[in-house]
Amino acid sequence: MNVLEYVADRWDRLSLQAFLHVSAVVQCTVLAALLGVAIGVAVYRSPAGSALATALASTILTIPSFALLALLIPVFGLGADTTVIALVLYALLPIVRNTIVGLGGVDPAVSDAARGIGMSRFGVLTRVELRLAWPAILAGMRVATQMLMGIAVIAAYAKGPGLGSEVFSGLANAGSANSMNQALTGTIGVVVLALLLDGVYVLVNRFTVSRGVRG
Amino acid sequence: MAEKGIEIRLDHVTKRYAGQKAAAVDDFSMVVPAGQVVVFVGPSGCGKTTTMRMINRLIEPTSGTITIGGEDALKIDPDDLRRRVGYAIQQAGLFPHFTVAQNIGIVPGLLGWDKKRTADRVDEMMDLVGLDPGEFAGRFPRQLSGGQQQRVGVARALAADPPVLLMDEPFGAVDPITRGHLQDELLRLQNELRKTIVFVTHDFDEAVKLGDKIAVLGDRSTILQYATPDAILANPADDTVAGFVGAGASLKALTLTRVRDVELGHAVTARADADPSTVDLGAEKWLLVLDRRDRPVRWATQNELRRASSLASIGRPVQDSVTLQSTLRDALEAMVNEGGRAVVTGSRGEYVGTLDLTTVTDVVQQLRANS
Repeated sequence: MNVLEYVADRWDRLSLQAFLHVSAVVQCTVLAALLGVAIGVAVYRSPAGSALATALASTILTIPSFALLALLIPVFGLGADTTVIALVLYALLPIVRNTIVGLGGVDPAVSDAARGIGMSRFGVLTRVELRLAWPAILAGMRVATQMLMGIAVIAAYAKGPGLGSEVFSGLANAGSANSMNQALTGTIGVVVLALLLDGVYVLVNRFTVSRGVRG
Repeated sequence: MAEKGIEIRLDHVTKRYAGQKAAAVDDFSMVVPAGQVVVFVGPSGCGKTTTMRMINRLIEPTSGTITIGGEDALKIDPDDLRRRVGYAIQQAGLFPHFTVAQNIGIVPGLLGWDKKRTADRVDEMMDLVGLDPGEFAGRFPRQLSGGQQQRVGVARALAADPPVLLMDEPFGAVDPITRGHLQDELLRLQNELRKTIVFVTHDFDEAVKLGDKIAVLGDRSTILQYATPDAILANPADDTVAGFVGAGASLKALTLTRVRDVELGHAVTARADADPSTVDLGAEKWLLVLDRRDRPVRWATQNELRRASSLASIGRPVQDSVTLQSTLRDALEAMVNEGGRAVVTGSRGEYVGTLDLTTVTDVVQQLRANS
């Protein structure tokens, strides 16, 4: 049985796994974006706060994903909770960093004008500063998504959802009839899905970034 | 387009930043009269911008009171206050992600105007500052030239028809020619609108051109002199002001006086179709030849007149003339070009008189004596 036959034969299960994989990554990216933008907004005005937030997020990223899962499993058990926590933590760095950079890059004259013509502090943030930082934030989310696609595979170790279970069972049963097909399907599937998601980002960028600031 | 300017009053306003010994603005008191343009002029870092920004509370004063139209500005919600005070800054500070129309419509939007009224107002504002709505409404700021961006900045500041306008070096970042145009347009607008405008600049010539009154500010925003432009030019309060006025104060003063305000001299004139022998120059050295509609065409000397058989092509043509609306500086320029007297013409180009150097020097002397 070659890979294509294998995929055709197991399509029901594989498509569900693929869907769950993408779904977990997208949801975790969105969650990380909410959290990361909130953190970015909270610290971007203070250089020390920005440095601290970036350093913390970087530290998380240096922990190998296996090690992080191993640390989380005793606390949160096996399954979706641990996977979500791990993925969100990994997605934070690019999003927090890009939020800080994006907000910091807003021309002070523009913010000043916004205040000066009577926008509230909240209005300046949501209607001007975040809108102008949005391309950078979106770029951060894009990087995070690509990263999570790979890390989500490892999350199968914690019995998380997605294509990782294909890869792991392929590795676990090395030498048996379909082990190679399983590992290949899981890996190629992740790559294809990652490319598709990247295409989605291009579309989101086109529809949500003002023509006035698009590069 | 209705709301006229209202008076702004600053009383013993002080701004002190934490950790700094000297106040940034020290005990500043001033009345900005309703409907007038007051220009704060002074060197960089003297506190003129800080002072202006306290009027709309982008900077909160440490002490003192500010009233706008009799109302205590410090008791109004700052966001409300700023929606009622127009604000235009250097490089316009336009929102790059909004179109021109969206930029101009922001303050009406903040004030809760409905879409239709805002859209009408945006069109009106664009017409007012000379941008065709059809062409520019949908453009983004980066698709505009510097001068056009500044126009949008002014339109945005005026959109909600505020009685007071604060302008912080709004024309500082454009080339000199565009700056001149923008200044002329602001003067034209102000003629119609009669807002109270506080204008900050470090360019004294700009202050002279735009200000009904000029406040020359020194360190910590101390008022070195607060007077009309001609009073400051003719009689600077001290050496610092004189230094700021700079060289050529007398020439600058000439831009403040119009030809119609001074007494004109008269040349001996004759129609081009007159017989040369009937013209009597008397003690005068020059004859001014006019065409059939009394427009000045040629200058001729006594000798040329004696030899001429017709006045039509006698002497040399009039090169340069000024109108009653011209400034004395323009007149001086014409005198230099003409090598003597400048011819003054009326609205249809007809001869009304001449102006010579003595008149101009007399005016300068008089300006000095008066202030």
